[in-house]
Amino acid sequence: MLVPFLFIGIPLAAVVILNALNWKNRWISLWAAVAVSVIQLGLGVWDLVRVVSTGTPVSSSFFGNFTVDSFAAIVLTIIGLLGCVTALVATGTIHESRFSFGSALLVLLMGMNGVVMVRDVFSLYVFIEVTGAASFLLIAIDKKRDELEGAFKYYLMSALATVMMLLSVAFLFVLSGGTSYDGIAAYVASLNGNYPVMLNAAILLFVIALSIKSGVVPFHTWVPDAHSSAPSPVSVVLAGVVIKVSGVYALMRVYRDVFLNDPKIGMALAILAIASILVGALGAIGQSDIKRMLAFSSVSQIGYIILGVSTGSMLGFVGALMHFFNHATFKSLLFTDAAAVYHQTGTRDMDQMGGLGAKMPYTSVSSIIGLLSMSGIPPLSGFWSKLVIVIAVWQVSPGLAIAALCLSVLTLGYFLILQKKVFFGKLNPAMDAVTEVGGSLRFVEVLLSAINVLAGLLFPVVLYYLHMRGIL
Amino acid sequence: MILLLAGLVISALAVVMIRDLLKAAVSLAVLSAILTVILFLLKAPLAAAFELSVCAGLITVVFISTISMTKLRTKEEVAKHQVERRRRFRLLPAIVVAMLCAGVALMLPHLGQMIPAGVPQVAAAADTAVFWNQRQADLLGQIVMVLAGVLGVLIFFKESDKP
Repeated sequence: MLVPFLFIGIPLAAVVILNALNWKNRWISLWAAVAVSVIQLGLGVWDLVRVVSTGTPVSSSFFGNFTVDSFAAIVLTIIGLLGCVTALVATGTIHESRFSFGSALLVLLMGMNGVVMVRDVFSLYVFIEVTGAASFLLIAIDKKRDELEGAFKYYLMSALATVMMLLSVAFLFVLSGGTSYDGIAAYVASLNGNYPVMLNAAILLFVIALSIKSGVVPFHTWVPDAHSSAPSPVSVVLAGVVIKVSGVYALMRVYRDVFLNDPKIGMALAILAIASILVGALGAIGQSDIKRMLAFSSVSQIGYIILGVSTGSMLGFVGALMHFFNHATFKSLLFTDAAAVYHQTGTRDMDQMGGLGAKMPYTSVSSIIGLLSMSGIPPLSGFWSKLVIVIAVWQVSPGLAIAALCLSVLTLGYFLILQKKVFFGKLNPAMDAVTEVGGSLRFVEVLLSAINVLAGLLFPVVLYYLHMRGIL
Repeated sequence: MILLLAGLVISALAVVMIRDLLKAAVSLAVLSAILTVILFLLKAPLAAAFELSVCAGLITVVFISTISMTKLRTKEEVAKHQVERRRRFRLLPAIVVAMLCAGVALMLPHLGQMIPAGVPQVAAAADTAVFWNQRQADLLGQIVMVLAGVLGVLIFFKESDKP
């Protein structure tokens, strides 16, 4: 079965063809990225349907062992969607470096797809490095000073994380004699909870490394700088999918398939999650830069995903996966709105804005949809994922569930601050000439808003289906 | 071995602290060469051969090629940067040495417990099977990484795209 290989093969072929030939039209790179992402979206859905109907993962051993199970298929679909959205936003915002942007975005897609499909911790490390390298290129693509600074901070933290991960892989190899997920999991299972010091050290290093990549507190300091200094479409893809695939997805996969939902790891993850929800929300409230506010918000929302994972239960995992999808859609929508506001007003300082709702109705309404979904207001998609996570956490620790519920009020807090400062209130006279965005940006705003609404209506059907299949 | 490890730490500090990029790249090559010797002494000849050829050889060439594409700073920029660097890196060697001493002091009494008695010794055959025969996926990753590197050079050193 060649399909898993195609998730890397098609973007690779596209990059080679784009850069081997001398194209007169420099826009072709971005449209190629859109086309490849749409193909990936289709392949992801096809794989998901196949895996669900047959009950077995799809594997490919052509040029490497790549496996797509239902979890991987969903994430690959999300990557395809976000790749398409990012390339579309780039057509409206990137001008000078558009050809390089398209190629770098395709390399990023390859890296993320590799992270999702491998079944080996060393290969996981390699593809996380590829994702990091491509992200670094994209953040600094315009070669401006603040972009280079943000990219450098991100790369330093990423380098620290990957060194720790490599050390952990070395420890796991010495202990288990292999690097495959199944091999290490078999070794861990054979210990019956009596872990040697070396294994504890390996687990600690791996969890810290992936927490750095996920932007979880207290390793979140690079997130606001990288997100705010990056060009607009790069912020969309970074917050929408990069930190979740190279950090959160890897953490979910390793916690479940390698360390077998160990309760001690779960407890540590729960503490990190609650800290992230709190610190991220408080950090967001204090911001005047719209992108920094959304970046801190990402830290907080990723805390909810980690909280769901930390329960170790199937319900918590499903809730985390739902929030993974929702965060990808509502956060990328909000960063697209931020891009629209920045490109029309020339500033990201919310204190200089106000009353833009009348001037930018599409952007205003889509931001309300995104923020309501993020705040967990029914019937939007974010409500369902947060509900499932809170129920899963309640089954393990009612205190933690109450804390998560109370802290979600803070999400509403910074949502209201953003709306009041940017879209409501009296129009700043300096903004009188501002108009609504058109073209690809407006299309993306409408598309992602529709996805948030439709997902909210369809999630109960999905949950019912999972219940009928005996999964929940 | 202690002299080699000390040489490793000193050359690593030199890479970070030397102002001249070319000399820093050469220090990195020296670091890789010392690491090669250490790997040979630890009976890992395959790792040592790769370290020498890739890190001390290929990567040094790549770094020097890239440095050759950069522009030299003016005397005023060098002087300003020199003052900032001195302020920032003054304590770095002291911090590194302190961390190393603390690490050794904490870990030395527990070295015997780090690897439990029942852990199977990793045989050369397991090394070959896991780190040579099962790495096709990583080869693809490395091809993509090389592509990313080439793109990086094009993005950062090429003139801006034509309209």
